[in-house]
Amino acid sequence: MTNLVIAQLLNGLQYGVLLFLLAAGLTLVFGIMNFINLAHGALYMVGAYLAATVYNHTGHFLLALLAAVAGCVVLGAALERLTIARLYRRDHLDHVLATFGMVLLFNEVARMIWGSQPYFTSVPESLSGTVDILGISYPAYRFAIILIGLAVAVASYWLIHRTRLGMLIRAGSVNPAMVSALGVNIGLLNALLFALGAGLAGLAGAVVGPIVSVQSGMGDSVLITTLVVIVIGGIGSVRGAFYAALIVGVADTLGRIFLPLLLREVLSRQVADAAGPALASMFVYLLMAVVLAFRPQGLFPAKVG
Amino acid sequence: MPISRLLQPVPLVGGLVFLGLALVPVIAGLLGEPYYLSLVGRFLVYAIAASALNLILGYGGLVSLGHALFMGLGVYGVAIASHYGLDSGLLHLALGLAACALIGLLTGAVSLRTTGIGFIMITLAFSQMGYYLFVSLRAYGGDDGMPIVYTSRFGGLDLGNPASLYWVAFVLLVALTCWSARLRTSPFGMVLRGAARNAQRVEALGLPVFRYRLVGYVLSAMICGVAGLLLANLSAYASPSTLVWNVSGELIVMVVLGGMGTVFGPVLGAVLFLSLEELLKAYTDHWMAGLGLAITLMALLGHGGLVGLLSRLRPRPAAPVPVQMEGGQP
Repeated sequence: MTNLVIAQLLNGLQYGVLLFLLAAGLTLVFGIMNFINLAHGALYMVGAYLAATVYNHTGHFLLALLAAVAGCVVLGAALERLTIARLYRRDHLDHVLATFGMVLLFNEVARMIWGSQPYFTSVPESLSGTVDILGISYPAYRFAIILIGLAVAVASYWLIHRTRLGMLIRAGSVNPAMVSALGVNIGLLNALLFALGAGLAGLAGAVVGPIVSVQSGMGDSVLITTLVVIVIGGIGSVRGAFYAALIVGVADTLGRIFLPLLLREVLSRQVADAAGPALASMFVYLLMAVVLAFRPQGLFPAKVG
Repeated sequence: MPISRLLQPVPLVGGLVFLGLALVPVIAGLLGEPYYLSLVGRFLVYAIAASALNLILGYGGLVSLGHALFMGLGVYGVAIASHYGLDSGLLHLALGLAACALIGLLTGAVSLRTTGIGFIMITLAFSQMGYYLFVSLRAYGGDDGMPIVYTSRFGGLDLGNPASLYWVAFVLLVALTCWSARLRTSPFGMVLRGAARNAQRVEALGLPVFRYRLVGYVLSAMICGVAGLLLANLSAYASPSTLVWNVSGELIVMVVLGGMGTVFGPVLGAVLFLSLEELLKAYTDHWMAGLGLAITLMALLGHGGLVGLLSRLRPRPAAPVPVQMEGGQP
């Protein structure tokens, strides 16, 4: 039982860091430009397809990661300049509509290029084994994802708290108008952030490709979970996104395994088996609704002042 | 002068669209193509749902990205009753309406505490919860959904018959549009619309904005439930895919395409959007790409929708005024 708990905790952690990769960029664009980007999940999908294609053709995993990140940075920058930068001054409804259209477009273009069947790729040879941690053997590849996610978290902490760019980002997420008035080109800053966020989404897609099925529309459900993370963490707060991603990742993973088991203790087996999965998949949304209702600024809001 | 008012572009086009919709069963009968009835019947159902969304999105200015939830509740109201062999239309309707009212009241009470991004996110979250709930309810088909054997019967009227369904949906849509026109200028509608412009001022007039919005939200949810009931009978199938977030997005697109907060807008938007979808479907398998592109362009290009465009066609009675560009970017 302990082994199961540890393995599931690690799985939750792995899902959590993945959500963090997606949430980090999105929360900043949310916070600074007050922009809702539903197309973030599409970038994740593009990253997954790019990495899978490059890996299947060349066999170089690092090259595949690099291609996915670079491709998504370029795509993100182009999207921002061509469409999204024109929408910042509009209301949220236009954000939702424009990026909803993009989701449909990207999903269909992916289907046109890669077909509607899932596209398969494999874990690289060097990471196909297992590692021994905390007394259990755990897939090396999943462990590598955890390490990559934590490395990105440390790097983004450094970027945000130790560099001039980070100072501007922090200032921008608290009071963008004032930062702009002080002579900072906040549009450019946001374009940079958008491209960076797109790159991280691409990275997330690239690393997750070998362990899920890469297919059109794979970004949609992940996007909604990412939005949940951002709202729970507090819009505009990367620190909040990190904690909330881990909370959501672990809660979701453990909930799916243990909620049905727990319910069996109090309810009949039949009822528990029916209600368990339903409750587990609704759990993170319930968490978000509770957070929004009682603490609309999120659990770890960006610090003001 | 009611005659000249009726000849204005907006009521004229709106009236013509309704006339066209009324002629569809006749034309389908003449051509011997009953398929048209269910095709255009679907337009009517979505027009009802879009008009329902318009109450809260158009009049209330609140972007709900979760109205698919209420359509889904309407669909499953029929499906679950049918699962137990019950074919009473009144029961189906009561189940759907009760579920929508209850869930609408609960989710509305929580979501209306937020505005802006928060409201969009929380309505999306609630509809996702509904989606996952029905996906995991294996007794009612789970992921695959389930066929509806017993369609809604109201006395001698069986909604499983495409022609009956079409006429019921048509009459409901006409009634809803008339009601929606009256609501728009009624005190209740004025409070909703005023609060969309400036909630603080309305509040300062002594009107409890939250309660008005909650009533609007619940009404909108219940009408969406009726659209769900019709949809269930139309497709004779209930599937969680009715609750998927794309449906909520499409409903918003219909309202905005037609013209937010206008009376005919949602109807025109639904008819146009679904016709465009059918047209693209006939032309290419990858119609979703064209549709997506069109939606993005629509959002980039601007506001007012179809009704806005039509009302700009209205001849100005007074002396010629130089045309001014509105909101154009330098």
